[in-house]
Amino acid sequence: MKRILSAFYAVIAITVGVLVLAGYFLPQFSGFQLVLLDWAIILAGAALLVGTGNLFIVHFSRVRARSKGYLYSLVLLVSMLAVLALGAAQFTGALNFTMNAILVPVEISLMAVLTVTLVYASIRLLRNRLDVKTGVFLVTALLVLAGTVSLPVLLGFSIMSEISQIISQVLAAGGARGLLIGIALGALTTGLRVLFGADRPYGGK
Amino acid sequence: MTPTSLIALIIVVVASLMMAVFALLSRRSPFSFREIAPFRFIRRSVSMVVEDGSRLHVSLGRGSLLTPFGAAALAGLSMLRRLGETTSTSDRPPIATTGDPVVNLLAQETLRTAHESILKDKPFDPTQGRITGLTPFSYVAGAMPYIRDDEVSTNVLIGNYGVEVGLLAEASEREGAAVIAASDNLPAQAVLYATTPGSLVGEELFAAGAYHQAGSLHSASLVVQDVLRWIIIIVILFGVLFKLLGVL
Repeated sequence: MKRILSAFYAVIAITVGVLVLAGYFLPQFSGFQLVLLDWAIILAGAALLVGTGNLFIVHFSRVRARSKGYLYSLVLLVSMLAVLALGAAQFTGALNFTMNAILVPVEISLMAVLTVTLVYASIRLLRNRLDVKTGVFLVTALLVLAGTVSLPVLLGFSIMSEISQIISQVLAAGGARGLLIGIALGALTTGLRVLFGADRPYGGK
Repeated sequence: MTPTSLIALIIVVVASLMMAVFALLSRRSPFSFREIAPFRFIRRSVSMVVEDGSRLHVSLGRGSLLTPFGAAALAGLSMLRRLGETTSTSDRPPIATTGDPVVNLLAQETLRTAHESILKDKPFDPTQGRITGLTPFSYVAGAMPYIRDDEVSTNVLIGNYGVEVGLLAEASEREGAAVIAASDNLPAQAVLYATTPGSLVGEELFAAGAYHQAGSLHSASLVVQDVLRWIIIIVILFGVLFKLLGVL
């Protein structure tokens, strides 16, 4: 029975995939494509509800089992229920306050932490992986920084700005395009593998 | 049909045909690929997970399947399937975190399939697939406690991330856990290069299946990528030449 179901899922997934793909090239299929994409968006909305439930269950079980770090889970559950209550009661002002006074500043703080983390990682890179590639990576980063920041000591060296532009607009842009072409080809063949039924993230096989 | 659509259709059809042909050829005599150090590192780390009874954490990023970033999530799910099968027998089952609800459902299903293919009698725990946050930093902030608190010894970060992935890589390094990371986002790749020795660059993200014996189509897709890349290189070179000669 499981094998039959697995084959059934694969047939549906491949048919839908081929119809959506065909809709991009052949106008006759664009109607099917629009309907299927609309269904996908509705399903994604339902998946969001399931995901929220999943988040609640995971953290609730951590609190119940008094797992390591359960207090953070408790804070998450209380916050989640409080925001849900504010939304249900349609306190728009309070919801906006939650977003602007808590969520946005916390995310900006994490961005600041990331900056420090990256500086530390760059220093550690010299210690852990001292090779030519690392040298080129760090020298490039320093040259681009030197050409971008307005340090008084570098004001007299306008050449730094030109070097920075050459690196970021010629060398880096060329390399980035090469990488993006590779990623696009990888994305294409990954999609084709799903259409061939070789990858079945929806279960089975 | 516009000329661009026609070219895209030709590329898709040619790539499909080449994949089918190369998959057949691969069954007769398997292709050999260059050594990629992080993939060797994954195999060793995953064996360690099973041996010491620790946990594997696979982070699938926040790429939605309804956007072009979905391909990275699909590559991550393919990797999750292979690694899930290997580590299901560990004392602590693998966990997968995502920042997208649809990918979260697929991660649960992938883990279930991997679990049932190895441990048929033991019930599957759906909370092994977890959504941790929907914005870039909330996703990372939600995933970091699992790295710290859940006895994780190996972190595989494979999917769509921005620069915030640096925080995940750093959290793993701090806990002394092995990290293998890949993203389809270029700034994230630069950050990963700086923060972890086990980072994959460019399209290596999509090669994971071929390097983990996921089947002939995975190997074939890698060969097709190489063939298409050479075609693009030749087209670019001819474009440059024609431009220099004033033909274009």
